[in-house]
Amino acid sequence: MARFALDDDSVVVVIGSGAGGGTLANELCQKGINVVLLEAGKRLTLDDFVNDEWAAFFQMAWLDKRTTSGSWRIARDFPNLPAWICKTVGGTTVHWASASLRFQAHEFKTRSVYGDIAGANLLDWPLTLEELEPYYARAEHKMGTTRTEDRPGLPGNNNFKVFYHGARRLGYKVVHTGRMSINSRPYDDRPACRQIGFCFQGCKIGAKWSTLYTEIPKAEATGRLDLRTEAHVLRIEHDRSGKVTGVVYVDREGRQQFQKARIVCVACNSIESPRLLLNSASNLFPDGLANSSGQVGKNYMRHTTGSVYAVFPQPVHMYRGTTMAGIVMDEAKNNPRRGFVGGYELETLSLGVPFMAAFLDPGAWGRAFTRKLENYSYMAGLWIVGEDMPQESNAVTLHPTEKDQYGMPVPNVHYDDHPNDIAMREHAYRQGRALYEAAGAIEVYEVPPYPSTHNLGTNRMSEKPRDGVVNRFGQTHDIRNLFISDGSVFTTGGAENPTLTIVALAIRQAEYIADQMSRGEI
Amino acid sequence: MPKYILDRRKFLKRSGQALLAVGAAGKVMFFDPDRSWAITLEVLDEAGARALLAMTRTLYPHPALGDEYYAVVVEALDAEAKENGEVFRLLKEGVGKLDGARHLPFADLSPGTRTEVLEELEARGDPFFQKVRGATVFHFYNNKLVWRHFGYEGSSWEYGGYLERGFQDLGWLPDPPPEASPPPYFG
Repeated sequence: MARFALDDDSVVVVIGSGAGGGTLANELCQKGINVVLLEAGKRLTLDDFVNDEWAAFFQMAWLDKRTTSGSWRIARDFPNLPAWICKTVGGTTVHWASASLRFQAHEFKTRSVYGDIAGANLLDWPLTLEELEPYYARAEHKMGTTRTEDRPGLPGNNNFKVFYHGARRLGYKVVHTGRMSINSRPYDDRPACRQIGFCFQGCKIGAKWSTLYTEIPKAEATGRLDLRTEAHVLRIEHDRSGKVTGVVYVDREGRQQFQKARIVCVACNSIESPRLLLNSASNLFPDGLANSSGQVGKNYMRHTTGSVYAVFPQPVHMYRGTTMAGIVMDEAKNNPRRGFVGGYELETLSLGVPFMAAFLDPGAWGRAFTRKLENYSYMAGLWIVGEDMPQESNAVTLHPTEKDQYGMPVPNVHYDDHPNDIAMREHAYRQGRALYEAAGAIEVYEVPPYPSTHNLGTNRMSEKPRDGVVNRFGQTHDIRNLFISDGSVFTTGGAENPTLTIVALAIRQAEYIADQMSRGEI
Repeated sequence: MPKYILDRRKFLKRSGQALLAVGAAGKVMFFDPDRSWAITLEVLDEAGARALLAMTRTLYPHPALGDEYYAVVVEALDAEAKENGEVFRLLKEGVGKLDGARHLPFADLSPGTRTEVLEELEARGDPFFQKVRGATVFHFYNNKLVWRHFGYEGSSWEYGGYLERGFQDLGWLPDPPPEASPPPYFG
């Protein structure tokens, strides 16, 4: 592994080692570019992972203080946990379920296709599916995504079996075990899935793709990666011309350091990335870095989600095997006749008893609630993931008074459902219920959204600098050597789990950065 | 961790009858009458432990599970109260509210009246109520012995996962076709 000097201003600094940052760092290293990768969390190994929901949560979740506001139920039930994402090397790729879906063509041009939706801040991406397709293919190859190239799908577990039959009886056509970045055969020196059932807790055998044990060791092997763990970035600095010059971070020993950089790439997920830009405000950029549009932190999206769990007369044991084991794609199309624009996926999901108790009906107690939990081994479950509307008022802002352990303002996450989100969720609850009733369910529970795992849109991509924060390559409109490399660049959210798109964009961004560097443009 | 006992009728009869004593080592023990389980208390007194035990069971009642599983929560609250004076005060005041609600100690109230008392606390947005409720959701359902009751098997990697241990053993529906669910890979 390489070590670069703090005053080495030739390096690219990447902040965050998840799907965006971890991939970008490796792609740059493979092209011969020296990278300092700063990660706020610790580096875990497969041996550290535990098949225990709360223990794993406390091992890897991002638990620094955050606040919430708005009418979403999260603000009431989990006021300091708006998002369920990770602070560890590999970021949320350690936790993710690994569904790897490409966006649909129309999802890159929602303003044109959906039209003017009142209250929604819709905008077309400055990018098309056609342009992104080669990068999607490279991402799938990198991640070993099932049902792409010659890789077979995963076998469906008990939860899938129930889901499949309900879906087919309901008339759904596209129902299978999904495109998952979990090995169905040994691939890339990683073994095939053993159906352990703890995908969210870190895959004990590394069958699930995570930058922790793919991109990052590959980057280290080039001799061009300087990974610094427990390095928490406080702000990005710039010179008088407005070019960024490096980052101030707190190291493992609690000392402040300044790392110089030729380029800074921010990949801290959609809450911390805008927070970092806002916390980097200066005399030259009083509203935060790269914020001439005023859109930094705005248009926060989290997908329209919810779960449906159903009880059957005979046992299911849904927790055995992959946490997300199958998908119905029929509802993903845009079909406004359903009463909303955009679409949603239905994906099986399972929680263990500890998380089921916490999330089945947060705040509920008494015998009616405990009776539901006693049905645990007879339950099957699915998760709804649909496109939510970007709204300018849904935003990550700096808390006026609350400070974190380093004295920096904590982020507040504000979210209200758009009427389109509500119409979509209600439709999906009805369909999920009908699906399980078709499979013979005797009871159905509609479960509210969990803390957000898909955090998107707070540094959105736009053709025109006045509409968003970054251009089609994730380069900020305002500062040539400042890039955003995570899901915060999503102009709109699509119906698909976002990781594959984040990885595809990171691969594409690395090409652009290398090209711009070689031309001396940056 | 309290000892796991199997005699359901016996512990149902005993429920709410736990006692307090100072043990040989000077530790305060909270145990049931025939000592099939016991926890060590650091800061809570007997009245507090009895009220909290009754509260946890009233919040998340599982008739087939004995007091020893709920005692785990009381033990955890006691440990937290020892570390954190604010939690100690919150619990002490909260126990006062429980025991003062109906002229009888909370643990001696009927299950229906206990529920009413807790509903009143919840409706007032009482932080003590939310503290104990949250602690019960966390500690009670995070107990491997409780998982067995729900048919949840917990950690599986050490047994090679479920690949050869029933991940697709559901027998009451036919198997999906291979294009939807390809055959497993056994290596």
